[in-house]
Amino acid sequence: MLSHLGFYSLVFSIFFSVCIIFLSSRSVYNKVSKNVNIIYSLIFLQLFFVVFSFSCLVTAFLISDFSNITVYNNSHTTKPIFYKFSGVWGNHEGSLLLWLLVLTFFLFLFFVNSKKQDLKYKLLTVIFQEIIILGFLLFIIITSNPFYYLNPIPKEGLGLNPILQDPALAIHPPILYLGYVGSSLIFSSSLAATVNKSVNSNWAKDVKIWVFASWIFLTLGIMLGSVWAYYELGWGGFWFWDPVENVSLMPWFCLTALLHTILVLEKRNSLKNWTIILSIATFSLSMSGTFLVRSGILNSIHTFANDPSRGLFILVFLFFLIVLAIIIFFLFTEDEKNTSKGFFLISKESAVLINNWFMMYFLSVVLIGTVYPIFLEVFTDEKISVGAPFFQKLMIPFLIPFFIFMSFGPRLKWIKDSLKKLNYYQITIFIITLSASYLIVKYSGVKYLFSVLLISTSLFLVYNSLRDILIKSIQFPQKISHFAFSILILSILINGIYSKEFNSNMKVGDEIVFMDKKIKFKSINFEEEVNYKLLKGNFEVSEKGKSAMVFNPEIRIYNQPVISTSEADIKTNLFNDNFIVFTLIQESEIFNVRYQHKPFMVWIWISIVLLAFGGAFAIFKNEKKN
Amino acid sequence: MKKKINFIIIFSLIIFIFITFIIGLNKNSTYTTANIKNVNIENFKSKELFSDEIINFINPNFKKKITILNIWASWCLPCRTEHEFLINLSENKEVILVGLNYKDKTENAKSFLNELGNPYEKVLIDDKGLISIELGAFGVPETYIINNQEKKIIKKYVGPIDEIKSKEIESLVKS
Amino acid sequence: MKTINKIFLFLITIIFLANTSYANLKNERVDKISKNLRCLICQGQSIYDSQSDFALSVRDLIIKKIDEGEKDDNIYKYLKLKYGDWIVYEPELNKNTILLWILPLILFIFGGLLIFRKVIIKLNKNNV
Repeated sequence: MLSHLGFYSLVFSIFFSVCIIFLSSRSVYNKVSKNVNIIYSLIFLQLFFVVFSFSCLVTAFLISDFSNITVYNNSHTTKPIFYKFSGVWGNHEGSLLLWLLVLTFFLFLFFVNSKKQDLKYKLLTVIFQEIIILGFLLFIIITSNPFYYLNPIPKEGLGLNPILQDPALAIHPPILYLGYVGSSLIFSSSLAATVNKSVNSNWAKDVKIWVFASWIFLTLGIMLGSVWAYYELGWGGFWFWDPVENVSLMPWFCLTALLHTILVLEKRNSLKNWTIILSIATFSLSMSGTFLVRSGILNSIHTFANDPSRGLFILVFLFFLIVLAIIIFFLFTEDEKNTSKGFFLISKESAVLINNWFMMYFLSVVLIGTVYPIFLEVFTDEKISVGAPFFQKLMIPFLIPFFIFMSFGPRLKWIKDSLKKLNYYQITIFIITLSASYLIVKYSGVKYLFSVLLISTSLFLVYNSLRDILIKSIQFPQKISHFAFSILILSILINGIYSKEFNSNMKVGDEIVFMDKKIKFKSINFEEEVNYKLLKGNFEVSEKGKSAMVFNPEIRIYNQPVISTSEADIKTNLFNDNFIVFTLIQESEIFNVRYQHKPFMVWIWISIVLLAFGGAFAIFKNEKKN
Repeated sequence: MKKKINFIIIFSLIIFIFITFIIGLNKNSTYTTANIKNVNIENFKSKELFSDEIINFINPNFKKKITILNIWASWCLPCRTEHEFLINLSENKEVILVGLNYKDKTENAKSFLNELGNPYEKVLIDDKGLISIELGAFGVPETYIINNQEKKIIKKYVGPIDEIKSKEIESLVKS
Repeated sequence: MKTINKIFLFLITIIFLANTSYANLKNERVDKISKNLRCLICQGQSIYDSQSDFALSVRDLIIKKIDEGEKDDNIYKYLKLKYGDWIVYEPELNKNTILLWILPLILFIFGGLLIFRKVIIKLNKNNV
């Protein structure tokens, strides 16, 4: 029953899409506004039906209605309520319904909030967004219907993978999708403004909020995925350059660049074409990401159920959207050659351009690294891997000039500024940071001299961002976000360079010395919980002059499904994380034990949240002004 | 005019990428080593399971045309299911079956063969798994069809032998 | 202590220290190489992370090869010969991958040129 209701709601929504597109197009073409109220009602109705459909699926999950195949595959009667709820979007079909929900909701929000705007522009945005919505509706109904019926109705579901039952992982998709879908609205809005020939600072003022909102959600969404990987997977890493991760990072680079460019457009009415290009690119990357991880074209541990036919649909849909965007771009954009102002070398505008330059470079590294194997395989039938070393080697050296530019850029004035900013004071500080990092590197015995440059430029950035906080003329959101970013980078660098790891096979009773610590495998306990059995290890790590740390990592063996996982015990404080995880070596009494000491780990998460806060402040400030 | 040129360039690029992805979609994305080009088989020495002697894998006394080298272990479940096919194949007069026991305990290996039958002429031991790496295998079961005269690998199977593969092997032997 | 005993003790200490530092260096090398290799059984994990039989055997193999004096490159070459290029995370620089490594850099230079043009316009306008 629920499934039928859910399904037909979606079918109705298709009907609404078609009507909206038709009516809006007619209004735009005839330059009449008499149908606006109808269009508004249709948009609302569409949202209503999609919400209703989504609620049907949610209800089916919550009551464990196993006649619905999606519920059957992804849920279980003994799952806690929270995870039954998050199971709705923890699968391909449900996640697409979530995409659709956010798409229709954002369109409704946009329509309601832009009362004072040019009607033609509003309707054009509606048209483009509805094209996207229609595509998703068709995709869901034709290839990914969450409402298939199962008969006979099974008594129990299949979906109880314990690794997926984690709070961070549960909210990671919705937050991420808010970011992706926000970029769809920016896309529609950009195309609308282009057709309307109204790409200017007024438009920038309005679109700004959507850019910031998408950026905040994308940032937080990526962070949640990393947090989950770090705490749950237990290998001590938080970023693996896995294709699915890369696919979320690429729109982020684009969106960060767009965030800065839109400010140039707002303040100086410049960089119009580039803003449009970035908007199109961000959404294209979001959609390509959807394609890459659901089609089976890429090999990854994260991928959803791989189905080439779905991949083909998304690919064709994406191709259609991109070609549409390009045609509109070339047809409607004004040639900026004659009106283009050019920028002074020392100015905020140029600083933004340099930011974009580096962002686009980082984007190209990740993009090329991720899709190159596909191209190579098509043309030569050879399969290669592009893993972490590639991305690190190409990106890390460029961080050094990037940090230096970022230390000055935000402080420059619009239009024109002078190099007097680069005064002796700055140079002195830079030399101090250089010396400080040399001493740090030498003391801790790290071999690279390269690390010195990295850490010193990063420290220089931290210092400058800190100083900027005191300067009244710089906006508060910018100060916070830039400072947060500098802390983020410094934490990642220090964590990457100074993390220590110890890896060895131990029996109960073994004690091994590692650097200045003693690691003792004291005992092992066998315990039982409701749905799993566990081997709890008892470890003591002691250091001279400090109290010993006791760790209790676990090896869990779940009953349903039969999976064994290793749960790390992570002790976090403001200065470092200490981390022990152990696994049983088959057919023996020996365990492989891994101890990690990771400095400043928690600052990575704190700084990302602070980064997002800065963006949130920007939105609130903007709302207050209005 | 410049706009038109830019448009054509970008449009062609998009079409190119689009077509590449479509072709890429149809390719299998799980990696398999079954098609690795290295076909030469090199000799290796190891202890034989039952006699405890150290013998060569390539034995000039092998008069048969084809050697089937099967990597197996007693703790490997699919090895059990493929075992009957191996016994059938061992009855083929032109074939000699050699087993490579992978990371196993000798008692377990022997009882496995006692229970399910022994199709192997000889069983060599690979207790550390290094010989399998030399052969380019990474798991169990894997099976190599080797032409004895040319000392080359004709075909490699990753995973258990089933009815279809068994028939394939038989036709390979005939040719 | 007699001089000869002192020398003897000194030599033993040196050899012991050399072996332990060699062992540490060797361990680091083994770790570095295993982090750069894929586990073919637990796809998605590196040889360093995985506890599968295959990963353990490969680690044994790496140790054996290092003891035989092989350089890192040769170890990678050996494994690529057996399992294909896919097993190594870092793509080597060869005719297949030259575009992979060079393209981002070309794009960077291209981007720089675009910015340069934008700034030059202003300079030219001012000079006119």
